[in-house]
Amino acid sequence: MPDKKWIPQPKKPRTPIPEQKPEERRRNFKEVALGYTPELAIEEAYRCLQCKTPTCIDGCPVGIDIPGFIRDIGEGRFEDAYYTLKKYNSLPAVCGRVCPQEDQCEEVCILGKKFKPVAIGRLERFAADWFMESGKTEDFKLEPPTGKKVAIIGSGPSGLTCAGELAKKGHKVVIFEALHKPGGVLVYGIPEFRLPKKIVEIEVENLRKMGVEIKTSAIIGKLFTIDELLEEEGFDAVFIGTGAGLPYFMGIKGENLNGVYSANEFLTRVNLMKAYMFPEADTPVKIGKKVAVIGGGNTAMDAIRTALRLGAEEAYIVYRRSEAELPAREEEIHHAKEEGVIFQLLTNPVEILGDENGWVRALKCVKMKLGEPDDSGRRRPIPIEGSEFEFPVDTVILAIGQGPNPLIQETQPDIEVKKWGIIKIDESGKTSKKGVFAGGDIVTGGATVILAMGQGKKAAQTIDKYLQSGEW
Amino acid sequence: MYLIKEIKEIAPKIKKMVIDAPLLAKKHKAGQFVMVINTEKGERIPLTIADKNPEKGEITLIFQEVGKSTIEMGLRKAGEHLFDIVGPLGKPTHIENYGTVVCIGGGVGTAPLYPIAKKMKEEGNYIITILGARNKDLFILEKEMEDISDEFYQTTDDGTKGRHGLVTDELQNLIDSGKKIDLVLAIGPAIMMKFVSLLTKKYNLPTMVSLNSIMVDGTGMCGACRVSVGGVTKFVCVDGPEFDGHQVDFDELMKRQAMYKDLEEKALKKLLEELKEKEPCGGHHAR
Repeated sequence: MPDKKWIPQPKKPRTPIPEQKPEERRRNFKEVALGYTPELAIEEAYRCLQCKTPTCIDGCPVGIDIPGFIRDIGEGRFEDAYYTLKKYNSLPAVCGRVCPQEDQCEEVCILGKKFKPVAIGRLERFAADWFMESGKTEDFKLEPPTGKKVAIIGSGPSGLTCAGELAKKGHKVVIFEALHKPGGVLVYGIPEFRLPKKIVEIEVENLRKMGVEIKTSAIIGKLFTIDELLEEEGFDAVFIGTGAGLPYFMGIKGENLNGVYSANEFLTRVNLMKAYMFPEADTPVKIGKKVAVIGGGNTAMDAIRTALRLGAEEAYIVYRRSEAELPAREEEIHHAKEEGVIFQLLTNPVEILGDENGWVRALKCVKMKLGEPDDSGRRRPIPIEGSEFEFPVDTVILAIGQGPNPLIQETQPDIEVKKWGIIKIDESGKTSKKGVFAGGDIVTGGATVILAMGQGKKAAQTIDKYLQSGEW
Repeated sequence: MYLIKEIKEIAPKIKKMVIDAPLLAKKHKAGQFVMVINTEKGERIPLTIADKNPEKGEITLIFQEVGKSTIEMGLRKAGEHLFDIVGPLGKPTHIENYGTVVCIGGGVGTAPLYPIAKKMKEEGNYIITILGARNKDLFILEKEMEDISDEFYQTTDDGTKGRHGLVTDELQNLIDSGKKIDLVLAIGPAIMMKFVSLLTKKYNLPTMVSLNSIMVDGTGMCGACRVSVGGVTKFVCVDGPEFDGHQVDFDELMKRQAMYKDLEEKALKKLLEELKEKEPCGGHHAR
């Protein structure tokens, strides 16, 4: 219980987080934000009003007791803060870094009406990092074994969360991961400078300590079908968290030229396969002098900032709408600009031009203007007639979105899918097939880490109920 | 980790590796491939399973030593472990009784061809095999292929074995002889598959090719292996590896295969220098 009176300091400015200087970090892969010190964390925590009816909790997809953990930090009980977070969120060190807090908890923070909202994400990261660095052994609070066995397909945010929740309930959990390293998008997609891989490794190791078994290089749909898992391999339930790993292309001429990458390929080469260490690591990657990333989301920012760190001399974001419509987090856009990324806005590529050897030499673009809002509520970009121009580049990276990998849906036609192969679930996480559940990007088509985690958590609750009652 | 049970050079720079992989041996179907990672920092190398023995829990890989990764893999010894193997990947070959199937294997392409030809034979097809190589020493799986073939031909670029010429010369000969051909299956270098497909197109002979494009994950996640088939972009790893040879843009495939040529040469040069240094009687450590 709180042991002293909480006197909030809402008028104090939001505590800045120490960061690597842009001119240094643009050429290294070390984390950009260095994290709060205990003093800075306490200072920031005391900005929290400790509202009687907090709105921030409603803004969190996993419903963290935000005032609770902030009070723990403010009163210097950092370990308590960590356990408060862990009650709701199995990956606080990850979420504190990559959650779009500005659209979630921080957006609805009452303080934000008059001042800047409490830096909830930075505080979450602080508590998680503090615990990891303290060397303390985590108490996982596991329930006794139930004898039930659950297969989790995919070790990204939804799968890891679902696995953790089920292990706590005493169920035997086996994760099947297609790649040779667990972590999904946290490992192949999000770069080191935004989410150090060490953190993902620690979280995965924690799951192992909880008794979760992780089988890497195990592709469900090829090695086993879901039916085989349920009927032959002794699993009582299956959770599909296979994410949105299928890269989309624009369908314009020249996309298969050498020097054109999907963001997935580019980031996988660098993050998972360590192409930045080539030739010490065997997987190469090509970086030209002038690199253009097409798209304006977080993946686009990750790709262009990675290209900079690999030595690109000029780095461009090419986006068809204006700055206001950029889907990336404000922080990422800000960081990219600080590092020297140039934003070519209201510009849409219509063709990729190649040289006689099949290599990219330029983007053919058209200038755009904004019209009326479309279905997404964003103003629709309209090409300006006669505005075509050539934009010389050496490397083009397409970051226009990803969809669900169709592998499972192809081999298990009795699982109902919607448009683009997105798996259909009910509000509790059940698919149309008995004993099979799903969550994360495979049911949303490409969203955020925290939404995927929220769904993984919800599905775990439903799976637990199903395993106990046997009722579908 | 996967135990290497046996490793053997079966032709100059072509190695055969038998690996303990019970689950893969059980699940693999003809036409599918695996991704092999030699060491922790290794790249993911797509290789076709050339043979398997589900009873013994073994798979056989055959690979040509062309660059750093494959040369290093060729240096591995029996009793050592490969870092990882993932599979089976890609769509299995559609096997049925077509009638007469001409199976064309170029160089190390005979390795992926063999399990498919074997299945085709089991299904009751009349198998005509044409194997091509630069010279007589570079043939692999000759006996195995001959055993499952009803007719068996070989061609060499230098005339040291079989017909002096290309596989397409032998195929032209077969076509000219008036033989009814129901399917042509060609696996080998892209340039060979291109010319086989150009020839069979003239005679409207259905032609299947198996493509060996550059891949990273092999599971449909990155699109590195994309290729134009009938003007539509396909992923070799999940949509293939087999495609209608008449629809494939081989020129694009060949350009894409050469994308990392300079970097591959750099890595190879570095490896060769390191190997030279390790040699007891050469390099800097010469006595």
